[in-house]
Amino acid sequence: MSAVHTSEAAAVAADAPAQKLAFFPREDGSRVPYEVFSSQEIYDLEQERIFRGPTWSFLALEAEIPKPGDYKSTFVGDTPVVVTRTEEGELAAWVNRCSHRGAMVCRNARGNASSHSCVYHQWSFDQRGNLLGVPFRRGQKHMTGMPKDFDPKCHSLRQLKVESYRGLVFATFSDEAPALPDYLGAEMRPWVDRIFHKPVEYLGCTRQFSQSNWKLYYENVKDPYHASMLHLFHTTFNIFRVGMHARSLPDATHGLHSIITVTKNEEETSAAYKQQGIRSMDDGFSLEDETVLGHVKEYDELTTNHIQTIFPQLVIQQIHNTLVARQLLPKGPDNFELVFHFFGYTDDTPELRELRLKQANLVGPAGYISMEDTEATELVQRGTRRDPKATSVIEMARDNPGQQDSNITESLIRRFWVGYQQLMGF
Amino acid sequence: MDKMEQMLLWFELHSLQERYVSVLDNDRLEEWPTLFTEDCEYGVIPRENEDMGLPVGVIWCNNQRMLRDRVVSLRHANIFEAHSYRHMTSGLQITPVDADTVEMRSNYVVVQTRANGESQVYQAGRYEDRVVRTPEGWRFQKKRAIFDTSRVQTLLATPI
Ligand code: FES
Ligand SMILES: [Fe+2]
Repeated sequence: MSAVHTSEAAAVAADAPAQKLAFFPREDGSRVPYEVFSSQEIYDLEQERIFRGPTWSFLALEAEIPKPGDYKSTFVGDTPVVVTRTEEGELAAWVNRCSHRGAMVCRNARGNASSHSCVYHQWSFDQRGNLLGVPFRRGQKHMTGMPKDFDPKCHSLRQLKVESYRGLVFATFSDEAPALPDYLGAEMRPWVDRIFHKPVEYLGCTRQFSQSNWKLYYENVKDPYHASMLHLFHTTFNIFRVGMHARSLPDATHGLHSIITVTKNEEETSAAYKQQGIRSMDDGFSLEDETVLGHVKEYDELTTNHIQTIFPQLVIQQIHNTLVARQLLPKGPDNFELVFHFFGYTDDTPELRELRLKQANLVGPAGYISMEDTEATELVQRGTRRDPKATSVIEMARDNPGQQDSNITESLIRRFWVGYQQLMGF
Repeated sequence: MDKMEQMLLWFELHSLQERYVSVLDNDRLEEWPTLFTEDCEYGVIPRENEDMGLPVGVIWCNNQRMLRDRVVSLRHANIFEAHSYRHMTSGLQITPVDADTVEMRSNYVVVQTRANGESQVYQAGRYEDRVVRTPEGWRFQKKRAIFDTSRVQTLLATPI
């Protein structure tokens, strides 16, 4: 049946550009055709419909560009953009492509500048991307210069709409995107507020490059099912996690954002730790320095893991006392880059700050409980490349789609794919 | 310090460096923490952060127990593709601080070979070390691998 469908699709594709590029055999997101992970055509359409569509992409923490003139080079999807703070203290972002003949204007990762000029012919732009000057515009001696009808106002860099929500800077290409707080939505905002309830300080970033499709990482961070299967750190070191309360919450409107939490029951915790001491003596492995798993209570709930995706390129993470804004950047169908922006609060004590740095060992490219994630996504990429029409099987807790107090579920992944299909027109 | 003493010091510290590389490149990870002091600091830090004075790295340990924990975790808990490193080091610079303390700098390139047999430059960077004389010989009290390579390919398991 599906083979017939496929050949028909191929036959009409040439004269019917509206033909869907991917076929999802079920409506509930439980079967995902592997072509969405490897097709260049689908990737290109994602750039148009998702990254240049009615979404907000995370660019930076405001704390990375605190002073007027500060800027950072980054991406919306795979479009290079620069996000800046203007002299007035406002945020701006523009596509890093010169309006003259297309060279990248800004060549630095970060810096501070009152204006930006392109090295090729020295066209210069202000912090908002407006064209300030064109050398020899009026010519020189007998040489003519630009035509009389050349209007600099018509040749700014392409500007994006930029908004900040509690110090998280987002940008959009689209006039159709809802206001940022509405885009984040009623389910997600309280969880963003939880982490960003007071001023943060940027502590640096680490970068990881994976030879796999960006959406495989999105599946991964919406997948609490894998946590105790793939990441064996806790079980190996007998770190017991009893009395944990789980949450798996999707955004209610499109399902593209989500939050997963694991919260300790504080009363059971102390008894559990004593138990752990007994068990550790029996078994082979224990940590010699357990402070890496220490936890200073900072919020109303003693939540050990807070993994929140804000589609399409942000994951907010609190694991014990590590705080990270992970930026997910697609680099073609077969690759993505993850930028882990670590932060603390400006009022951290030196002890708490040191604990955050120590617990950074848990996450990122060398993280005890995260290094396996890109290994897993690469295994999927390699396993599926030759079978674009085959599908994954995403069934866990499918009979109970409304259940939100579980970590043994793939409901967030199914919701994600339903939202993805809507955005992509699949 | 006379010429002989200088040569001896250079010889001893170069030997330490060679041993460090040999331990990592030949899967003798259990020996790796023994080249550090108990109160050591070890970090693998992106140059991007170092240049901006920002503290975050991909690994940061502030005692020898954490190094042993990492080895046990790599051996028994973490899942990653089999791989080997070959460290190339150069440009060793030695700056004595006092009779028992020396600061050391050198460059490194790590070539990684993965299960499919392909070798690639995995990381290029510099070591900034502080070594101290102990009864067992010179040991690292501080070792910081500051890498120029902007991204970690896939993951970082074996220390640098
Ligand atoms: S391309 Fe930028 S000034 Fe010519
Ligand atoms: Fe994971």
